[in-house]
Amino acid sequence: MRRERLSVVASERVGPYTLLRVTRGGLDPGIPGQFFMLEAPGRLLPRPMSVCLAPPGELAFLIDPIGPGTRALCGLEGGDRLAILGPLGNGFQLDVERPLLVGGGIGIAPLPYLSEALGRPPAVLGFRSDWHAEAAGLVPDAEVCVEPRLVTELVDPDAAILACGPEPMLEAVRALAPAAQLAWEAPMACGYGACYGCAVELDGALKRLCVEGPVLCS
Amino acid sequence: MLLNASGCLDALTAPEVARSLDAFVTKTVTPLPRDGNPPVRIAEAEVGMLNSIGLANPGIDRFLTGNLPRLAKLEIPIWVSVGGFAAEEYAEICSRLDDHAEVAAIELNVSCPNVESPSESAARIVASARLATRKPLWAKLSAAVPDIGAVACAACEAGADGLSLVNTLRGLTLDARTLRPSLAPAVGGLSGPALKPVALAAVYACYQATSMPIVGMGGVQTGRDVLDFVAAGARHVALGTALFADPDAPSRVRADVAVELDARGYSDLDDVHATAHPELLSIRTTTNGKYLLK
Repeated sequence: MRRERLSVVASERVGPYTLLRVTRGGLDPGIPGQFFMLEAPGRLLPRPMSVCLAPPGELAFLIDPIGPGTRALCGLEGGDRLAILGPLGNGFQLDVERPLLVGGGIGIAPLPYLSEALGRPPAVLGFRSDWHAEAAGLVPDAEVCVEPRLVTELVDPDAAILACGPEPMLEAVRALAPAAQLAWEAPMACGYGACYGCAVELDGALKRLCVEGPVLCS
Repeated sequence: MLLNASGCLDALTAPEVARSLDAFVTKTVTPLPRDGNPPVRIAEAEVGMLNSIGLANPGIDRFLTGNLPRLAKLEIPIWVSVGGFAAEEYAEICSRLDDHAEVAAIELNVSCPNVESPSESAARIVASARLATRKPLWAKLSAAVPDIGAVACAACEAGADGLSLVNTLRGLTLDARTLRPSLAPAVGGLSGPALKPVALAAVYACYQATSMPIVGMGGVQTGRDVLDFVAAGARHVALGTALFADPDAPSRVRADVAVELDARGYSDLDDVHATAHPELLSIRTTTNGKYLLK
């Protein structure tokens, strides 16, 4: 865990989302599925974001402007600086046979980096609209569906599934494929086990998603 | 000394952060294990944050066998925050901590806003705990009382060695879309910069009322904040919400304190202590390490 002040290289619109590209500095990009805490300009608390892409010398985060913190992050411009802490948490296990990436909405954020790490396996992605589905271009070899079709209709339950998306999607994937690796999300103040804010129920007990997850094998 | 506010750091998952402090204050330990409150447990407010963790902790048995031996290996002073739902429960935990040399001090959390309050007064809890331990006892008080100076005096008379000021205040935020409470338990404890003037006033009032040693906390983010708390009467300062945003906050704040002292021509924080109380400085004397006013 390391915190550095880094510079924005570029901020690119991808459908309704923003791909925020920053210099990597001395930060390790980590394992796909791990996350970083990004200082949100003008806000008290940083925001957790998984790495979307890690080209040489850069880290890129896909951000959905849904609240004051994410809107502030999407408003950053080239040359702006922000503090970034990470990598944090546990990423995906990569030693899998016949992987299938499953993503929904902004949950596709970690999949481009994951796809690179796994040698571009097939992916199935679901989005709310064609506009949101523009983000599918970030994920190689992706089959895309848009509501009312659901991504679970495209899932082969016999594949080794690595998924990230909204909670109902993850629950549906887990019902189809109990051994799937699922990346979950929860509000977090710190990202490193200090605040106990991101507790989720695991095996009947509340545990911190930031240190036990965010990727969990169900 | 620079400490963490209880519940704002887990020294076992972030030992390097704990080592950057002068003492580590544990999350509150209760007699029985507690899972804490259901999610959602945190929400950002305009200039602060709300939490409603609900005293999640392993309980005193597992704390003593599992956590404390590992904390001792950090080789920094350990303050154990103690909670309960009756004075006897506080006393029981204090008695069980009393023989553990690795426990430097006990903080009595008599003011958590996220669980049912003990029915007894802070002073009654301090008095019970005092009979159960020789460890230094710090009473952590809430500013949500009509006269915190009177509570401080009562805690002092009941045998407290110091005061931790302040705990969070109850607050509410609503979800922007649904206009329903952001937190599952609806109401949570407000911390961060919004709390600072309230905390400063509490430190000021309690120092004036008792001259007891005080750990000041509430929205400390910068060196200037530390100077303010020390000037209002705090001997020590704790970081809370600032640690969430920046685990490097202790070293950053220390460096910042040095700059702020230098800018004012002070050599150390002792020069700043209680400067907000010019009327008291001339009549203060010390006896056995405790400050007395008369």
